[in-house]
Amino acid sequence: MGLIDKLISTARRRSPWLLHFDCGSCNGCDIETLACLTPVYDVERFGVVNVGNPKHADILLVTGTVNHRNREVLAVLFEQMPEPKVVVAIGACGLSGGIFREAPNVVGGVDKVIPVDVYVPGCPARPEAIIDGVMLALEKFRGKQ
Amino acid sequence: MEVMRTAGLSLATLTAAILLGGLLSAIDRRLTARLQSRQGPPLSQPFLDVIKLMAKERMVTNPWQAFSPVASLAAAAFALVLFALQGDLLVVLFVHMVGGVFLVLGAMASPSPYSQTACQRELWQMLCCETLLFLIAGALYLTTGSFRISGMSALSEPLLFRLPFLFAAFLFALTVKMRKSPFDLAGCHHAHQELVRGVYTEYVGPHLGLLEIVHWFDVVLYLAICSLFWATGSRGMVLLPLAAFLAVILLDNVAARLTWRWMLGWGWGAAFVLSAVNLFWLKG
Repeated sequence: MGLIDKLISTARRRSPWLLHFDCGSCNGCDIETLACLTPVYDVERFGVVNVGNPKHADILLVTGTVNHRNREVLAVLFEQMPEPKVVVAIGACGLSGGIFREAPNVVGGVDKVIPVDVYVPGCPARPEAIIDGVMLALEKFRGKQ
Repeated sequence: MEVMRTAGLSLATLTAAILLGGLLSAIDRRLTARLQSRQGPPLSQPFLDVIKLMAKERMVTNPWQAFSPVASLAAAAFALVLFALQGDLLVVLFVHMVGGVFLVLGAMASPSPYSQTACQRELWQMLCCETLLFLIAGALYLTTGSFRISGMSALSEPLLFRLPFLFAAFLFALTVKMRKSPFDLAGCHHAHQELVRGVYTEYVGPHLGLLEIVHWFDVVLYLAICSLFWATGSRGMVLLPLAAFLAVILLDNVAARLTWRWMLGWGWGAAFVLSAVNLFWLKG
């Protein structure tokens, strides 16, 4: 690996910009996700920035079940993110649809619409688990072309 | 020989500006984090961010989005080099303004409503700040008899004592230029901007990285202009911009965002009155 590749790999691992999308969560996982940014967990220590724009994001965090109304929004957000990018599905609903999976308006987990790299279980997922998931996603992110 | 010397000085200035601009950005983020009881990112963070952005995919919806960041960077770099060569302050300000115009042009090229609205705000900001800067340049001319920076840095008494009100007006312009609350209307560094990231919304990857470097250059240029207010010794030239920089960060953390009407009120009301009073005082 050349010096420039090494530099880029280090920069990617230490500068993850996150986009958080609530597909249809009960807000439990959203509150836990945002808790990561508070003084208790302070993920900005690791260079994490919570951005509001898919065009600036590296990692897409998705919480909640995907339904027929928001599946297009999710797909467009993913499409607007420049490569390389990774997706983290958070919580039981994001993984499989959770307790809502049999509902007629529910499509299921996030991976029914876009490719998911990391699955973070929990109902709601704990902030520690979310940070672990993001760190795992970073390992995948740094190796992507 | 003269050409070599100029080229060497230009290169040294740009390298120093990148290092200083990135470092100031890191200090800003760390101080803000500390004020919020957080630890904040490491000092290398802004450089890592830019390197990462440079290696991202290029996405443009319009060729202007690819051209504008390069033109903006060239203008910002040229303005800094002119300042370092102790050239004409008016030319420095004009060249600097060209960089701002290209930023707006690139953002305007996209039909995105976030970008379009932020461009209007950016133009209001330019109208406010650039006119103040030209007033300051005029006052410096009245004091030293020349627009040349070399004349301003050879004074026996700090300009701050003769231009205190204009310095207050300059602090207003610095707050706007650093994209800090209460005047971070057209684009700020946080996700809580109601226009996503304002003028930066449609710039992606390497283009956004270039614009980040442009922002560093702009901040360094403004702080360099700030140092002219105490150009009698190196201590004053470092301490005064540093104090101004820290004051702006503190203001950012205690103030909420105002609307562009407030900015016009403050910029064209308070800052212009202060500048006019100072100019009359100089003439009287």
